[in-house]
Amino acid sequence: MEELLSTFVRSIFVENMIFAYYLGMCSYLAVSKNVKTALGLGLAVTFILVCTLPINYMLENYVLKEGALSWLGAEYASVDLSFLSLIIFIAVIASFVQLVEMVVEKFAPALYASLGIFLPLIAVNCAILGGSLFMQQKAFANAGVATVYGLGSGIGWLLAIIGMAAIREKLAYSDIPKPLKGLGITFIITGLMGIGFMCFSGLKI
Amino acid sequence: MGLLSNKNKEVLVGPLSKNNPVIVQMLGICSALAVTSKLEPSIVMGLSVTAVVAFANVIISLIRNTIPNRIRIIVQLVVVAALVTIISEVLKAFAYDVNKQLSVFVGLIITNCILMGRLEAFALGNGPWESFLDGIGNGLGYGIILVIVGFFRELLGSGTLLGFQVIPEAVYDFGYVNNGLMILPPMALIVVAVIIWVHRSKNRELQEN
Repeated sequence: MEELLSTFVRSIFVENMIFAYYLGMCSYLAVSKNVKTALGLGLAVTFILVCTLPINYMLENYVLKEGALSWLGAEYASVDLSFLSLIIFIAVIASFVQLVEMVVEKFAPALYASLGIFLPLIAVNCAILGGSLFMQQKAFANAGVATVYGLGSGIGWLLAIIGMAAIREKLAYSDIPKPLKGLGITFIITGLMGIGFMCFSGLKI
Repeated sequence: MGLLSNKNKEVLVGPLSKNNPVIVQMLGICSALAVTSKLEPSIVMGLSVTAVVAFANVIISLIRNTIPNRIRIIVQLVVVAALVTIISEVLKAFAYDVNKQLSVFVGLIITNCILMGRLEAFALGNGPWESFLDGIGNGLGYGIILVIVGFFRELLGSGTLLGFQVIPEAVYDFGYVNNGLMILPPMALIVVAVIIWVHRSKNRELQEN
């Protein structure tokens, strides 16, 4: 229980996907123009992270890792398929995104209309693949921790993109030097928000 | 049409400045920021991405007429993932230390938006040779930004370049101190913002309203 809670809090604040690792920056910069779409994309990213992390965790521990195939029989105990992990992870993510897209299109057309364009983009959002690769690197104890890590990372990403979108809506009224307008000032603000988030870095639970 | 006609030259040189993937097209920003705290990983990352973009562009361009439209994203991802796996194994074999520093970001080349962006926007509609040039151009344009950011962050943050001390000891004796803030992640964003500022004051047509 304690481990779950600490993984959750750490992944939101200390190891925030955007401010600590810059994952998912492209869609973060492109879609943070207003709060409503930012919220939609953030929720979609959180959902995909929560779904794909446990699947990839299972694959990593029962198929890919060295000795992971020993449940098939003793002769497979030395098989190491970890060089396949990138292809397997991205295939799981891409097919999951496609699946979610089809399910949402069929059962919730209204949601699909508002999210439509962002859904396929999520497959190439680095935050999702990054979540799986960090999971592989951190070697979590069980699938529960991995799921909680996915949830926390997703919520951290959601918080960051909503905050950015809210600031950008207000920025429309500020007087910014011309060459810095748009992309430039967005970078600077993200940097300042990142410095703000760094004050969580000593956090321990 | 020659191998380097005017149009092809434009395809190759354009991405270096006017049409730079990072600061103009807004592609591939994630990794551009994360690996640049030192100069060496920035160079390795720039070269790896150049190689992957160039070859992925060629492969997709060769099979562009046989890919069904609905599953093209998965096909592209698989081609890219295979290339990245090769690069990552090569790095592990020949440059293990740099590979450790880059950690997950080698794997993340797969989801680098430059790849998907160029594959979708260029390779699906052009022949293999043009696509190859486009890949090289965009990879180098990305590499230039990485090298500039890595140069300033390592120089100001650690006083070294490629691991060698460049700021003389005498300067430290006068009370000069390395700026530790430059090594921290948020400063990468601010350095890139300054690059954008300079670039856009030189190229007025890129300014946003």
